[in-house]
Amino acid sequence: MKYIDEFRNKDFVTKLVDLIYRSVIHNYTFMEVCGGHTSAIQRFGIPSLLPENVRLISGPGCPVCVTGTDFIDKAIAYSKMEDVIITTYGDLIKVPGSSSSLEKEKAAGANIRIVLSGLDALEFARLNAAKKIIFLGIGFETTAPGTAVTIKLAAKENIGNFFLFSAHKLMPPAMEAIIKNGASLDGFICPGHVAAITGSSIFDFIPERYNLGCVVTGFEPADILLSILMLIKMVNQNTPKVEIQYNRAVTLCGNLIAQRCLSEVFESCDASWRGLGVIPLSGLKLRKDFERFDIENILPIKIVFKEDNELCICGEILRGLKTPEDCPLFSEICFPENPLGACMVSNEGACNSWYKYRFVK
Amino acid sequence: MNDFISLNHGSGGKLTHELIEKVFVKRFSMSEPLTDSFIIKESGSTLAFTTDSYVVDPLFFPGGNIGKLAICGTVNDLAVSGADPMYIAASFIIEEGFPIDDLVLIADSMAEEAAKAGVKIVTGDTKVVDKGKCDKLFITTSGTGILRPDMDYISTGKMIKPGDKLIINGPLGNHAIAILGARNNMAFRTTVTSDCASLNHLIHKALQSCKEILFMRDVTRGGLATVLNELAGMIKCGIMVTEASIPVDDQVRGLCEMLGFDPLFLANEGKVLMVVSAGEENKVVEILKSDPLGSYSEVIGEIIADKRELVVLNTSVGGKRIIDMPAGIQLPRIC
Repeated sequence: MKYIDEFRNKDFVTKLVDLIYRSVIHNYTFMEVCGGHTSAIQRFGIPSLLPENVRLISGPGCPVCVTGTDFIDKAIAYSKMEDVIITTYGDLIKVPGSSSSLEKEKAAGANIRIVLSGLDALEFARLNAAKKIIFLGIGFETTAPGTAVTIKLAAKENIGNFFLFSAHKLMPPAMEAIIKNGASLDGFICPGHVAAITGSSIFDFIPERYNLGCVVTGFEPADILLSILMLIKMVNQNTPKVEIQYNRAVTLCGNLIAQRCLSEVFESCDASWRGLGVIPLSGLKLRKDFERFDIENILPIKIVFKEDNELCICGEILRGLKTPEDCPLFSEICFPENPLGACMVSNEGACNSWYKYRFVK
Repeated sequence: MNDFISLNHGSGGKLTHELIEKVFVKRFSMSEPLTDSFIIKESGSTLAFTTDSYVVDPLFFPGGNIGKLAICGTVNDLAVSGADPMYIAASFIIEEGFPIDDLVLIADSMAEEAAKAGVKIVTGDTKVVDKGKCDKLFITTSGTGILRPDMDYISTGKMIKPGDKLIINGPLGNHAIAILGARNNMAFRTTVTSDCASLNHLIHKALQSCKEILFMRDVTRGGLATVLNELAGMIKCGIMVTEASIPVDDQVRGLCEMLGFDPLFLANEGKVLMVVSAGEENKVVEILKSDPLGSYSEVIGEIIADKRELVVLNTSVGGKRIIDMPAGIQLPRIC
């Protein structure tokens, strides 16, 4: 299968692994900040292929994992309102809020529907004119343009019962926060699909200001291993820069149409990240022209929420300070069918991937 | 356990097992291991007895419909238990307003599939419920058949030893993807058809030609990952599977990549996992390949001595990782 078989070619992968073994001269820690990478790394058993002194850690790249408890609690509160239908990407329904989850509320009767895109949610709005349809907008620069298109369409068709509850986030401010928070890193495996939209240049500040290498990476095993090799070379030669490994999808400037659409509909705002707290200008909210679609504007809601389980270390995992195995709850009482922290929920969460694909020596 | 039944309890994975263990097994005094059929030994003859319910949306899908599924599923549960399926009971729960023409089409399929499998539909029941009280049509079938002589080990796996080989009779995930494609909400079209089929003739052929088939299980809801984990737990051994040898059709693979699904977790309705003694695997694969339902059979792995009862996958690129039982339903990825 094109774009898959050649990047899963065992001979090619073996050569890359061999080159990595021959290139390592000290210890390296690289962080991936895309849930797709976290999942692929575990799914293909990449850690079992790497030398022990190359360590991969997961950052805040899973859209579900970084969504705060307060967002879930508010979504649950909205779901309990009489004439509301909540529409959401599937993964989000399992995320534990303070005392419940959307999944539990759905089982108990709340009107919560899983959709594949904002456009599906908009269709619900067209078909259920008497209800308020709230779309839970989560994700980074990858999914936000889809939401922007949906909002533009809702405006064009003048659909009055469609609303957005936005938890959309931007990746570069979070990466900067990670560095400032003191994660010990030698470079970033940068998110390929974010960069397909934004272009690779959004990461330029990382080598410039923080002297760390960045490789924009694809999602197949050979992509990931080649990127690790590129990062090792940057470290060895002390030449940090932004390089594109995923050049079949990513350019310097990215998708200008998507960028235009995004900035037409959204503006940046301070946003709360699970584990990282509030990061200035790291979220996306609807611009004034579109604020009639902003549910928080139309129907403000107050909730009282409890802090996460005090033993849960999702926050430190998302900051790259710890790995799932450092958590006392991991695989003891927190596992995919009973997630206590957000990282155990999504396929792309660090804990979920570690648990599901536990690497075997 | 969650306080309410969620869809995950019906996924066939961990939560389904937990539900069955916690709610039913003790109350019904059922003895482990739980197998596809119960073996009844009464006054000289040995029978296998099984039941299954069918709820599928949509009712008609490429490669079959709920009626065909209801026959194949029960036939297969009996066949993998080492029995020759003979009699089937079918119960129908029908929603008010359901078109009788559709019911006729479904009954025709059931009759056709029963004839093909050589079973008789001998008894049944119908109930009609108010509109909205069930989703169009639910079918339950129960079946019985005579166990082949000395075959009561086949569903328990007690003859399996390290080194024995695992065989699957064709590509995984076609049923699940055909169903997804037939739902209108997925916005993709495929030509994938369900693998829904009665496997009793294929299994009969294999059992006739080889005495070294030690275990069989049909690979349905919960996918191969579930069956492998159930097996590892039953026989208290590890299992090593080679990713590159697991057959998956390109269209299914492509859609799995796009949606973030794992083919090992996807449902099938015409697949059987066999464990055979080491050295016999090529012979069994040849026999299976001589039948259209086994044309793409492959040896996919082997039993290993491992007290941790882990199912380990040798990934296509040479890495190693475990295969866990799916926690619940698979949800499409976000981006």
